[in-house]
Amino acid sequence: MSSTSNQPKKNNFLAGTANYVDERLGVAGVLKEFGRKIFPDHWSFMLGEVALYSFLVLLLSGTFLTFFFDPSMTEVVYDGVYAPLKGAHMSIAYASSLDITFEVRGGLLMRQVHHWSALLFVAAAGLHMLRVFFTGAFRKPREMNWVVGFVLFVLGMGAGFTGYSLPDDLLSGNGLRIIDGMIKGIPFIGTWISSFLFGGEFPGTSIVPRLYSLHIMLIPALILVFLAIHLVMLVVHKHTHYSGAGKKDTNIVGYPLMPVYVAKAGGFFFIVFGVIMLISSFFTINPIWNYGGYDPSPVSAGTQPDWYIGWLDGALRLAPTGMEFMIGDFTVSMNILLPLAVSLIFLALVAVYPFIENWITGDKREHHVLDRPRNAPVRTAIGAAGVMFYAILWAGASTDLIATQFKMSLNQVLTAMQISLIVLPIVSFMVTKRICLSLQRKDREVAIHGRETGRIVRLPHGEYIEVHEPLNEYELYKLVDYKDYQPTLARPNAAGKITVRARIRASLSKFYFKDRVSPATQSEIEEARHHAEEIEQEVQKAIESAK
Amino acid sequence: MSEQSKEVERSQNAGLAVIKPDAVRDPGIEPHRVRMTDKSPKHAKSAARQVALLFTLSMFGSAFALWTYFAFPINEDLNTVRQNTLFLGVGITLGLLGIGIGAIHWAKTLMPDHEVAEDRHLLASPEDKRAAAIEIINLANQESGFTRRKLIRRTLYGALALFPLPGLIIFGDLGPNPGNSLRHTIWKKGTRLARDPYGTPIKASDVTIGSVYHVVPEGLVPGTEHYLEEKAKAAVLLVRVEPDKLIETEERKSWSYQGIVAYSKICTHVGCPVALYEQHTHHLLCPCHQSTFDLVDGCKVVFGPAARPLPQLPIYVDEEGYLRAQSDFNEPVGPSFWDRSVKS
Amino acid sequence: MMQKLKRKLNGLRRSPRSVIAVLFAGLIVVGSGYTAVNASVSSERTVEYTKEDIEYGKKLFLSNCASCHGKNAEGTANGPSLIGVGAASVDFQVSTGRMPGAASGPQLQVKPVQFTEEEIHAMAAFVASLGAGPSVPDAAYLQANGDPTKGGELFRINCAMCHNAAGAGGALTEGKYAPSLDNSSPKIIYEAMVTGPQNMPVFNDANISPEEKNDIITYLVYLRESASVGGEELGGLGPVVEGLVSWFGLLGIIIAITIWLGAKSN
Repeated sequence: MSSTSNQPKKNNFLAGTANYVDERLGVAGVLKEFGRKIFPDHWSFMLGEVALYSFLVLLLSGTFLTFFFDPSMTEVVYDGVYAPLKGAHMSIAYASSLDITFEVRGGLLMRQVHHWSALLFVAAAGLHMLRVFFTGAFRKPREMNWVVGFVLFVLGMGAGFTGYSLPDDLLSGNGLRIIDGMIKGIPFIGTWISSFLFGGEFPGTSIVPRLYSLHIMLIPALILVFLAIHLVMLVVHKHTHYSGAGKKDTNIVGYPLMPVYVAKAGGFFFIVFGVIMLISSFFTINPIWNYGGYDPSPVSAGTQPDWYIGWLDGALRLAPTGMEFMIGDFTVSMNILLPLAVSLIFLALVAVYPFIENWITGDKREHHVLDRPRNAPVRTAIGAAGVMFYAILWAGASTDLIATQFKMSLNQVLTAMQISLIVLPIVSFMVTKRICLSLQRKDREVAIHGRETGRIVRLPHGEYIEVHEPLNEYELYKLVDYKDYQPTLARPNAAGKITVRARIRASLSKFYFKDRVSPATQSEIEEARHHAEEIEQEVQKAIESAK
Repeated sequence: MSEQSKEVERSQNAGLAVIKPDAVRDPGIEPHRVRMTDKSPKHAKSAARQVALLFTLSMFGSAFALWTYFAFPINEDLNTVRQNTLFLGVGITLGLLGIGIGAIHWAKTLMPDHEVAEDRHLLASPEDKRAAAIEIINLANQESGFTRRKLIRRTLYGALALFPLPGLIIFGDLGPNPGNSLRHTIWKKGTRLARDPYGTPIKASDVTIGSVYHVVPEGLVPGTEHYLEEKAKAAVLLVRVEPDKLIETEERKSWSYQGIVAYSKICTHVGCPVALYEQHTHHLLCPCHQSTFDLVDGCKVVFGPAARPLPQLPIYVDEEGYLRAQSDFNEPVGPSFWDRSVKS
Repeated sequence: MMQKLKRKLNGLRRSPRSVIAVLFAGLIVVGSGYTAVNASVSSERTVEYTKEDIEYGKKLFLSNCASCHGKNAEGTANGPSLIGVGAASVDFQVSTGRMPGAASGPQLQVKPVQFTEEEIHAMAAFVASLGAGPSVPDAAYLQANGDPTKGGELFRINCAMCHNAAGAGGALTEGKYAPSLDNSSPKIIYEAMVTGPQNMPVFNDANISPEEKNDIITYLVYLRESASVGGEELGGLGPVVEGLVSWFGLLGIIIAITIWLGAKSN
C-alpha cells in the first residue's frame, strides 16, 4: 500500500489521522482484518462484557484509592473527623480508610464504586459462566477458554477477598480470623502456613500489607494476563451464535465490529460504569466506620463475607457437629477439612466439565451454534443441580439473617439447609430434566403438526379435530436445529477386552442420553402436512356436498 | 438402532450424535425488517436529535460533577460527606449514562442493522501446514539432539526441577516457626481478671447472677506490646449462674467460685469470639458459624460445627475480693490444630 | 400513633394527681441518681413511691398480671417471680408492650403499649415495693451527652455480638433474637442493660457504670441521628444484603439494559 495512492484529503481529519498512524505502525492491515469482523447480537452475550467493564472500573477506582490508602498495621490514635472513633486505637490502614471516607472529596464515592463494582465483577462473571454452561458454549473448540474463564472467576474471588480484608475493620478482621482458623485445621502444616501468612501470631502486623501487595499487584496482573488470553481466544474462535435460520457451525451471523459493535460495546462500557456510579451514589456499601478497628474480642451479629465467599462460609456452617477426631495424639479437624474438600471438589468439577462431557459424547466436531438448554436435558439438569448446591451453600452463610428476617429458629434453618444441601440438588436435577424433555416434546409436536389455532372442525363422519396452522420455515428451523445423541454400549477394544473405561463411558452415556427426543425430520413433517391436506380436502368436500 | 447411525458412531467424528439425512433444511437468514428510521427521514432526524440530546445531557452531568466538587466541600459535619458523595455521584452518573445510552441509541436507530454472515474456517491448520510444522519440530530436535542426547536432556530436567526451590525457600522468613506460642496465653497464677477494654479489675461481688463480663488479663490494655496477638488468645467471658446449676467434674469443682465461671471466648471451631450469652438457657452462641456451647455443662458443644468445649480458665478470689486466675488455661485455646494435643 | 401519644400526654397534664406524681417521681429519680453515683455495685436501691401509687399499682397488678406472676408476684409456672426485679424491669417490659405477654413463642414481642404512663408508673411502684431491684434510670444518664468513642468501644465489646455493630439486631438460638435498637429510647436501652430482660445478660453498674451506659446511649443516638454518609443503609445488615443488591439491583438493571441493547429497533 503506497502512501501516494492514499494521499488524504486535506480537510479530512479522520483519514489524516489514520494515515499518520498507519505510516508509523502499519495498522491498516489489522483494521482491514478486524474492522468488519462480525459479532452476533444477543443480550446474554454481554454478560462477559459486564464483567470486563466492571474490572476496568475496578482498575480506575482502585488506582484512585491507592493514592490515599496506607496499608500499615502500625497502631495510631485516630484524630479524624468521625466523632465516635476519635481517640480510639486503630491501625493506620483503618485510619486511612476512614480518612478516604470522611476527608477526601469523592473518596467515599470511589470506595463505594470500587466495592460495588467488585461485587458486580464476580456476579457478572458467574452469570456469564452459567450462560456458557447452559448453552454448551464450552464445547470444542472452546474447552480451554472455559478453563481460562474459570481461573478468572477464582482470581476474582481472590481479588475480592484480599480487598475485603484491607480496611482492617472489625468485620474484615473477623473474616481473617476465620481464614486463620481454617488454615490451622490443615493437617501437618496448618500452624506453619498460618505463622508464615500472618508473620507470626494472628493478627500480627504483616497481613494487611501482604494482602495489599497481592491485591494491587499480583492478582490484578494475573487477571489481566488471563483476560488477555480469554479475549485472544475469543477472537481466534469467533463468537458463538444461537441456533436459528441461516446460523451454522460454518458461519457467523451478526453485525460488523465497525461501526455498530464499537458503538454498542463502547456505549455499554459507559452504561455499566454509569449504573455502578448510580448505585454507589445512593447505596451504602461496607460502612467500615460502624464496625470500628479490628480487635479480637468483639464481634458483630451478622458477620458475613462478601457474597462470592459466602458459599465457602456456608459450607463451614453446614458441617455437622462433632466431626473432629484424633489419630493418636493428632487432631483431625474434619469440621473444617470436609467443607474445604467439598468446595474444592465442586470447583474442580466445574473446571473439568467440558472434558467429561466431550469424553462421553465422543463428539469431535467444532460447535459454534449454541444449544438451547432444553435440547441438552441432562446437561441442563446437572447445571440446575449445581446452581442449587451452590445457592444452598450461599444461603447457608446467612442462616442467622434468614432466621431473624423470616422469624424462624436459627437451629431449624440450619438443619433444614443441611438436609436441603443433599436433597434439593437431586430434586432440581429430576425436575429440570423432565421440564426439558417436555419442552422438547412440545417443540417436536409443534414442528410436525404446526401451531394450535383453537379452530375446532367437525368432520362428516362425526370426528372433531382442531385445525393446526403450519409454522413458517424460519420458526420451524429454530425448533428442529439440533442433534440428539444416543447412548453407546461398552464395546470390546482391539484386544477383545471390555475395559473399565469403556464400561464407565457406556453407563454415563446411558445416564445422559437414555431419555431423548429426536428433532423432527423433513419426512415426518411432510407426512404430517400430507395428512393435514387430506383432512382439509375432506372438509372442503363436505362443505360442497352440503351445498 | 439403524445401520446408518452405527456408521456415524464408528466414524469418530460426530461421536454419539445422530445425523439424520432428512433433517430439515436451513432456509437461510431471515429477511431484513425495515426500521422506521430507514423509511422515514423524519424519524431518522428525530432519532439523531435524541442522540445529540443525550450527549448534551452527558456534558451537563460532567459539568455538574465538576461544579459539585467545589460547591460541596466536606468538613466535620457528616452531612457534607453525604452531599459530596451524592451530588458528585449523580453528576458523574449523568455524564456516563448520557454517553452510553446515546451511543447505543445511535447504533440501534441510525447505523445499518443488516445482519451479515461471515464464513468460519476450521481451526485446525490444513494438512500441509501441519506437516510443515512437524517438519520444523523434527528438524529442531535433530539439530539440537534433544531426544538423542539423553544426558543433556536429563540434567536439564534436573536443573529445571531444582531452580525454583531457592525462589521458594527465600520466603522462609515470612514468619517464625509456630513453636509453642499457640499453647500459652499471658494468663498466669495470680493474674487479676479485668474488664475489656479498660482493664479495671473485677471483684467477685460485682458479678451478679445473670451478669456477663468481657474479660482480659489485667495490664492488657490498648497500646501494650503485642496487644492484639495476646488478646486474640486471652479474651475470656465471665458469668455467674446459680451454683447448683453448674455441672462440674471433680477436677473442675475448684475452678469456679460460687457459680462464677470463666471460659475462653475464642471459638474452638475457627476462632470467632463466642460472645453471645443467653442468660436463661445458659447457652453461648458464636455469631459466625452458630456453634452453641452450654455454659453450665463445661461449655460442651450443643449445636453447630464446633467439636470441642471452650477451655475453662480456673479462677479464685483473693483477700480483697478480686477475681484472679489460678493458672493459664490447661489446653491451647482457639481453633484446633494438628498437634494441639501433643505434649511439648 | 402520634395522636395517641398526644392524647396520653394531655391526659397526663390534665390530671393534677399525675402532675404531683410526675414531679414526685422526678424528685425520687434524681435523688436515686445521686445514690447511683455512690453505689459501686449495682442499681439495686429501694425507691419510695407514694402509698397511693403502690396501691393503685397493686390493683392493676392483680387484674392484669397476677394470673401469670401470682397474686403476690411470687411467680407461677406461666411467669417468673417479680420480687426484686425492680421498677426498671416493669417499666421496660410494659412500656415496650412486651408485657402483658401474648401467646407463647420463643420470646416476648414488642406490641402496642397497653397502659398509660401513669399506670406503668404505679405498677413499677408496686413491684419495686416487693423487693430491692434496679430502679427507673436517672434522666441525667439518658441525655446522650457522653463520650461516643468510649460508648462505641463498649457497645462493640458488650452489645454488638447480639445487636449487630449498627444496632440492627441479630439471631439467637431456637428462634430467639436480639432486637434492633433503632426505635429504642435511651430510657429503654438503659433499663435493658440494668435488668437483663429475657435472655439478655445483666450489665450492672460495676460492669458498665451509669456514665458508661450514657456513653453507649450517646453512641447509639449519634448513629441514629447522624447522616448516613454513604446513602441508603440497606438495614445495616451487612454483606448479605449488599450481595443481594449487587445481583438483583446492580446486575438486574444492567441486564435490563442489555435486553434493550440487543433488541431490534423498529
